Amino acid sequence: MTAATLAHDELYQKRIRTGFGFWLFILSDMVIFSCLFAAHAVLATRTAGGPSGAELFDLTNVAFETAFLLASSFTCGLASIAAAERNRFWFQIAMAVTCVLGLAFLALEIREFAGMIERGAGPTRSAFLSSFYALVGCHGVHVFAGILWLLTMMAQVQAKGFRPDIQRRNLCFALFWHALDIIWVAIFSIVYLLGVAL
Amino acid sequence: MFGKLSWAAIPLDQPLPMIASAIVALAILAVLAWVVVRGHFPYLWNEWITSVDHKRIGIMYILLAMVMLLRGFSDAIMMRLQQAIAYNAPGFLPPEHFNQVFSAHGTIMIFFVAMPFMIGLMNFVVPLQLGVRDVAFPTLNSVGFWLTATGALLINLSLVVGEFARTGWLPYPPLSELPYSPDVGVDYYLWGLQISGIGTVLSGINLVTTVLKMRASGMTYLRMPMFCWTTLATNLLIIAAFPILTATLAMLILDRYLGFHFFTNDAGGNMMMFMNLIWAWGHPEVYILVLPAFGIYSEVISTFSRKPLFGYRSMVAATMSICLLSFMVWLHHFFTMGAGADVNAIFGIATMIIAVPTGVKIFNWLFTMYGGRIQFTAPLLWSLGFMVTFIIGGMTGVLLAVPPVDFVLHNSLFLVAHFHNVIIGGVLFGAFAGYMYWFPKAFGFKLHDGLGKAAFWFWIVGFYVAFMPLYAAGLLGATRRMQHYEVAEWRPWLVIAAVGAGIILIGIILQIAQLVVSIRQREKLRDTSGDPWDGRSLEWATPSPPPSFNFAVLPQVTGEDAFWTQKAQAREEGSAKGGVRYEPIEMPLNSPTGFVCAFFATIIGFAMIWHIWWMAIVGLIGAFATFVVFAWRDHEGYVIPADEVARAVGAAR
Repeated sequence: MTAATLAHDELYQKRIRTGFGFWLFILSDMVIFSCLFAAHAVLATRTAGGPSGAELFDLTNVAFETAFLLASSFTCGLASIAAAERNRFWFQIAMAVTCVLGLAFLALEIREFAGMIERGAGPTRSAFLSSFYALVGCHGVHVFAGILWLLTMMAQVQAKGFRPDIQRRNLCFALFWHALDIIWVAIFSIVYLLGVAL
Repeated sequence: MFGKLSWAAIPLDQPLPMIASAIVALAILAVLAWVVVRGHFPYLWNEWITSVDHKRIGIMYILLAMVMLLRGFSDAIMMRLQQAIAYNAPGFLPPEHFNQVFSAHGTIMIFFVAMPFMIGLMNFVVPLQLGVRDVAFPTLNSVGFWLTATGALLINLSLVVGEFARTGWLPYPPLSELPYSPDVGVDYYLWGLQISGIGTVLSGINLVTTVLKMRASGMTYLRMPMFCWTTLATNLLIIAAFPILTATLAMLILDRYLGFHFFTNDAGGNMMMFMNLIWAWGHPEVYILVLPAFGIYSEVISTFSRKPLFGYRSMVAATMSICLLSFMVWLHHFFTMGAGADVNAIFGIATMIIAVPTGVKIFNWLFTMYGGRIQFTAPLLWSLGFMVTFIIGGMTGVLLAVPPVDFVLHNSLFLVAHFHNVIIGGVLFGAFAGYMYWFPKAFGFKLHDGLGKAAFWFWIVGFYVAFMPLYAAGLLGATRRMQHYEVAEWRPWLVIAAVGAGIILIGIILQIAQLVVSIRQREKLRDTSGDPWDGRSLEWATPSPPPSFNFAVLPQVTGEDAFWTQKAQAREEGSAKGGVRYEPIEMPLNSPTGFVCAFFATIIGFAMIWHIWWMAIVGLIGAFATFVVFAWRDHEGYVIPADEVARAVGAAR
């Protein structure tokens, strides 16, 4: 084996390891969300005389949030393809669109929260609302952290190019962003759709 | 400006914590002064604090655990003394102080003694046993260690600034909610554990990836040493269970800081949800602690019986089934909740089922020893002490798994005796066995065997004298966490228990003496072979202490007990050494990232505890900046040239 193939093999191993380790991290993050889902399942009906999901949730707003987030996952996938092709231009475009869609999602979520709090339905009103804000807010905080990460990756690719270590981080970022989508699908179904029916 | 923090936070009117913290502060200052004056600081910084070498990080974990053991044990001594004298009397610890002592004792012993001890041993040993040069994520490893140290620092800071929780080692609501615990005690607990919990999850991810993705060529799953298997099981449990702790404590934080209603009495909160969630983490946690210990006993017993482990595959199966079953029994911690007879019966039976794989293990160890040429070294004594003690603890555990019995014994001293029986007899004995077994690998000289054996005997006798009486007192109705009591029948048992604690103290002093004497006599105890016990697994194939890259030439594994097989082959074929071609090795660069992260985590934790919001934001920005700076570096590793590799191995041999 020549030194070059050895180095290539080592880089390949590193990519496998990093990706695997990050999957494990996502698994642990999913467990956190599972706990919040479990808490929500226990507390969903404990409205303490306050408003219920049926009175509060605006499914149109949620549909737009979902559309933005799913679309951002698509553009994030495009960014991954551009990264694999080492095409800096399309990578940056796709990441920028992902960022805008993520921000649009956050804006809608913050507007929803603000509107609910204005109507007296803040997290302190009832156990149901506590679990709602904690679960949906935890996802929102993840999206915010994801956007910080996204911007860092854009800057890194711009400054350093598609180095192997940066490619590994791109891989992890993509995993993270798609995982947030999966969690959102669960939130959309369990918190909002079931919540309106409760 | 400084939130809830003011000069009133420093308990100048309480002599006990002030004197204790003054002594600790003086000791820390003295060590720091010595380090600076003697010019050791650059060495400490370059070789230890910024080190990403799994062996050094492992040693630092163990050092942290040992220091914290002294802290946790002094709490234990205070409690035993208090209960020995507080019969119809106030004793020397006022209630609010006594409550902090038992809370701190449990928190420190579980999170900052047992956990770092085990994680330290796994970190040190597992890459060596797997025949690889490092863990999967070396810098992450360093971050994990320093975050654990941050947690320990915050918990101990509560001694001087403010106070600690009075809620027990698990802060049950509603007592831990703001109306009933308005001071910062619970907040110290929450932030200390949140930060160290992140460190634990990072370490879990790291070790699982290491075991699953980085083994020497030929090291198939069923050729891994038992300790690697238990490490895998433990760290899988860490990844699956610790996030539950994080989520649960986060909910309590939201309750306390932002007025949420997860666990409150009012507005629909459900405090029993806390019990369910915390024990969904808490029960796997006891297996997180004891599984690595099982691995250590397997290694020690097989080495000192000079036989391969009996029933290796059944041992693997038992380990993995414990890993799974540990998630199915959490409700036995609160049979008295009122879940109903059917639910209680299911969880009672599930609990008893865990005794089956554990029994398999005990028999395997016994059969490993059967017919072996046994060497009664100190590590083996700890293992034998474990087997006897753990069986007793296991049987009282099966007793407590019977719901009607549990209704009688819930929260009694019987329970306290039971879990100390399994945690001291199982986890701590295992940690000590591992410490004495692998010490020569880490430092190149053995620990003094005679003092080690003496320490063992004082520990085990002290353990029985301290905890068997608690079973009796518990059966007589004594509850846990009593600051004082009026029942005359309990008194003799509690006095005997205090004597037992005193005997354990002698054991600890002997352990310190063992370390000091061994360091002073290190030339006499020096091991130049790298294989002082005639070991069976690959860690003994390296020089002691191993070079930073562990293996100059990566080993080829052809069967179970890899090193033993190699040695047998070498004996048959004569010396197969010589003609080895060394190649350059790439190793990761040291990095201060872990230390700097921990610095900002400490700032965030302290700021959140005292409601100093601006400072928390500063800490968050600092932590993010640290990540960016780390991500911006251009070189992650350095290359050790081939001749230097040869020299390092040659010089150490």
